[in-house]
Amino acid sequence: MSDAGPGRPLAHWQHRLAERGIDRQLWLLVPALVFVIALFLYPFFYGLTLSFQPTKGGPLSDYARFFSDSYERGTIWITLRIALPAALLNVLAAVPIAYRMRGRFRGKRLVTTLLVVPITLGTVLTAQGLLNFLGPTGWFNRTLLATNLVDEPVRLTHNYWGVFFSLVITGFPFAFLLVLSYLSGIDPTLERAAATLGADWRRRFTRVTLPLLMPGLATTFCLTFVLAFSVFPSAVLVGNPAGETRVISLAAYQAAYEQYDYPYASAIAMIMGFVELVIIAVVLAARSRFYTGSTGGKG
Amino acid sequence: MSAFSQLRLDGVSRRFGGQAALTELDLTIEAGEFIALLGPSGCGKSTALNCLAGLLPLTAGSIWQDERRIDTLPPERRGFGMVFQSYALFPHLTVRANIAFGLRMRRLPKEETRRRTEEAVRLVRLEDHVDKLPGQLSGGQQQRVAIARAVVFEPSLVLMDEPLSNLDAKLRLEMRTEIRRLHQSLGLTTVYVTHDQEEALSLADRLVVLREGRVQQIGSPRELHTRPANWHVADFMGYRNLWRGRVGQVDGDRATVEPSGHRLLGEVVGSLRPGVDAVVAVRPEDIRVDGPAETRNAMSATVEVVEYQGRELAAEARTDTGLLVHLRTEHRIAPGDEIKLAIDPQRLLVYPADASAQTDRLADAAGATR
Repeated sequence: MSDAGPGRPLAHWQHRLAERGIDRQLWLLVPALVFVIALFLYPFFYGLTLSFQPTKGGPLSDYARFFSDSYERGTIWITLRIALPAALLNVLAAVPIAYRMRGRFRGKRLVTTLLVVPITLGTVLTAQGLLNFLGPTGWFNRTLLATNLVDEPVRLTHNYWGVFFSLVITGFPFAFLLVLSYLSGIDPTLERAAATLGADWRRRFTRVTLPLLMPGLATTFCLTFVLAFSVFPSAVLVGNPAGETRVISLAAYQAAYEQYDYPYASAIAMIMGFVELVIIAVVLAARSRFYTGSTGGKG
Repeated sequence: MSAFSQLRLDGVSRRFGGQAALTELDLTIEAGEFIALLGPSGCGKSTALNCLAGLLPLTAGSIWQDERRIDTLPPERRGFGMVFQSYALFPHLTVRANIAFGLRMRRLPKEETRRRTEEAVRLVRLEDHVDKLPGQLSGGQQQRVAIARAVVFEPSLVLMDEPLSNLDAKLRLEMRTEIRRLHQSLGLTTVYVTHDQEEALSLADRLVVLREGRVQQIGSPRELHTRPANWHVADFMGYRNLWRGRVGQVDGDRATVEPSGHRLLGEVVGSLRPGVDAVVAVRPEDIRVDGPAETRNAMSATVEVVEYQGRELAAEARTDTGLLVHLRTEHRIAPGDEIKLAIDPQRLLVYPADASAQTDRLADAAGATR
């Protein structure tokens, strides 16, 4: 590249910066940066440093406290036991429905709306609905009793299953929308090609569509898992917050707002984040084994 | 899959909603033939191919492979190879795995799969690229993978849906020869869809010209080139000069037509009587410029636009009565030149005008005269 000449050093400068992607449009990033710094990075590092400043003991004593107390430590397992199956079920249930719903057909918008509506309800309304429907005197149990299928109400709320259902109801729409968009990103001609090559629908799915969809499923799983792992309201409303659904966010809440021990609460929050990161890292590592390039569709 | 001696399409029709995309296609394909389905976009040629492949159910008619009815079979049980316009290579599989896909689906022994895949790779000259993913290949290489994948399991019929339309001009010519070579050396039976008449003429043994879902003409390249069945086919086969005019005299298979006040003598295709409207069709290369004193079908014209095309010039000229003439010539002409034109009556075809002759480009040619 020739020099711009002595008369135009400024233009030359800007030109070279622009080639590296630095120009005035970068200012557009400022609002996003402000948000990320003020609402994520600052609180995160604040909490992180706080977690190393326990009310008594050395910097790591709050972490040690958490892991030495089996009641506290157990919340990790309790949360994983709810969040992992719920996220897995959400993803697995979304695949066949989204598979059936790609392409255009009459009434697609209506079906999609029905499937997505639970997102708009919020956890509290979902919990309310679950109590009304699945509770001891809810319609579900009344129907079972009336038809003499059971002798006493089946317990589906205020325990593990209540939280699990709640997570499925609120998490499924996310999984469905994501999987649907990943699926429509796969060129439908690929399956047609596979058909002309002699693959029946099962092998078209397992040999062509599924391998191309796997990275998307992994991402979807991570997102729904994170949503489920931070479960809090439904664990209280339709769960058993003192026992089998004492999830980790509840432990952090109790530390912060019942014992007013912010450093300990921060430590629990950090542990919670770390567990999520571990799961996500494992899933993404598995994801990288699949083909993640273009899939030719209109995605 | 078993080879056949004859594949018969019997009244094959397909409708989309209320729209007829393909109407009563009757066609018998002999083993070893290269058939081209030819027509402008939306003429139903791809619909016909998809019906044949089993990717699109028929709304009427049947398809017979010798005495076996196959239009009710799903695509995976027809055993036809298909090359898609977009190639549709599996992006997550290597070139080798793409080509082997059809053999794997047939659960052939590993050793045979390997051997036949290697063979196909050699056939399309992709030995250096077998372990690449399709995304790492050029358009022409992807095209060759798609062809190898479609022929490796020795299908009884190979279907090609505009396979060359995504390639640049030079590559298209090379691949055209390649396809014809493969067809001959492997003894394939091929049905090839294209909108490019030149491609169809050079590749096929027999052409099927479609328009608005209906067969217009079935014939050899020579028949289609020299004697299109109606003026729509003529239009499509490169008869760029289409002039509407009233029929003067009819004398056996000769007739005179008067487009824009010229009196032109030509060969009648179809049936005509004096006084009706006709369409005259002439190829640009059949219009002679300043040739040896030719008195029949002579016109004088002014050159308007000239395009350089190597040995020849393609030009547009307008006659003194306003008729627009497309011509090709080796003479050096320039815009504004006055030239004398002549057309051999044997190269001037006269067709009955149908209702649609009122519209299209014909309206321009005729309308300019009034």
